[in-house]
Amino acid sequence: MSKVVFASISKKFTMALAGLFLITFLPVHLAINLMLLKSDPVPFTQAAHFMATFPLVKIMELVLFATILIHVSYGIYLQIVNWLARPVGYAGGSKSETSFFSRFMIWTGATIFTFLVLHFFNFYFVKIGLVKGDPENFYAMAHGLFKVPAYNYIYLICFSVLGFHLYHAFSSAFQTLGLNHRIWTPVVKTVALIYSIIIPAGFAVIPIILWFFR
Amino acid sequence: MKLTLKIWRQKNAKAAGGFVTYQMNDVSPEMAFLEMLDALNKKLVEEDKEPIAFDHDCREGICGSCGMYINGHPHGPVPAITTCHLSMRFFKDGETVWIEPWRAKPFPVIRDLIVDRTAFDKIQFAGGFISINTGGAPEANLIPVKKEDSDNAFDSAVCVGCGACVAACKNASAMLFVSAKISQFALLPQGRIEARDRVRSMVEKMDELGFGNCSNTGACEAECPKEIKISNIARLNREFYKAY
Ligand code: FES
Repeated sequence: MSKVVFASISKKFTMALAGLFLITFLPVHLAINLMLLKSDPVPFTQAAHFMATFPLVKIMELVLFATILIHVSYGIYLQIVNWLARPVGYAGGSKSETSFFSRFMIWTGATIFTFLVLHFFNFYFVKIGLVKGDPENFYAMAHGLFKVPAYNYIYLICFSVLGFHLYHAFSSAFQTLGLNHRIWTPVVKTVALIYSIIIPAGFAVIPIILWFFR
Repeated sequence: MKLTLKIWRQKNAKAAGGFVTYQMNDVSPEMAFLEMLDALNKKLVEEDKEPIAFDHDCREGICGSCGMYINGHPHGPVPAITTCHLSMRFFKDGETVWIEPWRAKPFPVIRDLIVDRTAFDKIQFAGGFISINTGGAPEANLIPVKKEDSDNAFDSAVCVGCGACVAACKNASAMLFVSAKISQFALLPQGRIEARDRVRSMVEKMDELGFGNCSNTGACEAECPKEIKISNIARLNREFYKAY
């Protein structure tokens, strides 16, 4: 039993599953965020209230946090093993043709995680009472943040990076799960491209509209 | 043509190595890369210097021993060939050529450009075989095999175990090698019998030897002299999940 748990492939399997779960969560979050574009704060506040109080969502929230932790800690662990596997690098560099964004997954991942910490300080910690603020008024808080240019720059950069991360992650997860197919793999890659553009763009549209057009 | 060679020199496994620059003034574009190194070695011997140690055997792309990392690529910049098939016509006059050994913790340098690839043998010994006593060759059509499966099994069986996949991978992962060795059996009925134990033992050995993890980057596939595809890695993953 311990053999399967500690095998490299098992760790990647877990990481891939966790990643795919996070991928399914993003559209839900985006759908709620898009309500910020309405000038009426009620729909957003109701949705936020529902997410904060509905029992099933609260359970899913725990699952979500656990998933993030697993994905991040396995990612770091595997990366360290990978670095250790090549103690001496190449003087002539590495010119092999690779999927471009796959080379920077640890760094794009670290950027996203940093944003997540900021995001927790801005919202989640307010909700659980660690940081002061009105948890029933996330609408005003979000609008307030999107008026701060520095925040908007960070937000837009982080969401572009999220797109880079997702593009490799999406199809890579399928390969790790062993789901490779003559016909379906190219389809997965196309969906990955579309997803990794649409989701970050959807998030990015919100500050852009609020910042420039309101 | 004139070339500047920057070659990794290292006396033995323990010694600290470093790059030494050699000037070659009369390289013919018709030479093979290894012939160019032979010429350099001849010169070094004549000058009473230590020749450069590098692995080679068949010089026709089938033994897999001639691996070296040339200008940022395992087996040099031309795809789908081993170093012994590399010709000097792919280099430009005046070019600087960096020649390095494979770099991976499980492939320690023995001397100069030669690395110890026993790690691959250890993975093979862990299960990369069929444990039956071989008698006379049986009638080939006795066990029907789908054409597509036999083709794919053959395509993975052409792996020569040179280690270019490990050398190319930014994680020094051996997944392409192991996946080829798994696939050549997994696709055939004779190989199915021990498939479960095989994948368990080979993956366990691979992990134990300190290879990195596959992050689906694809450098291995791009550099493999035998064009082994990373779809084999997905098959290895499937075989592994099935085995537990
Ligand atoms: S020397 Fe045998 S493959 Fe190159």
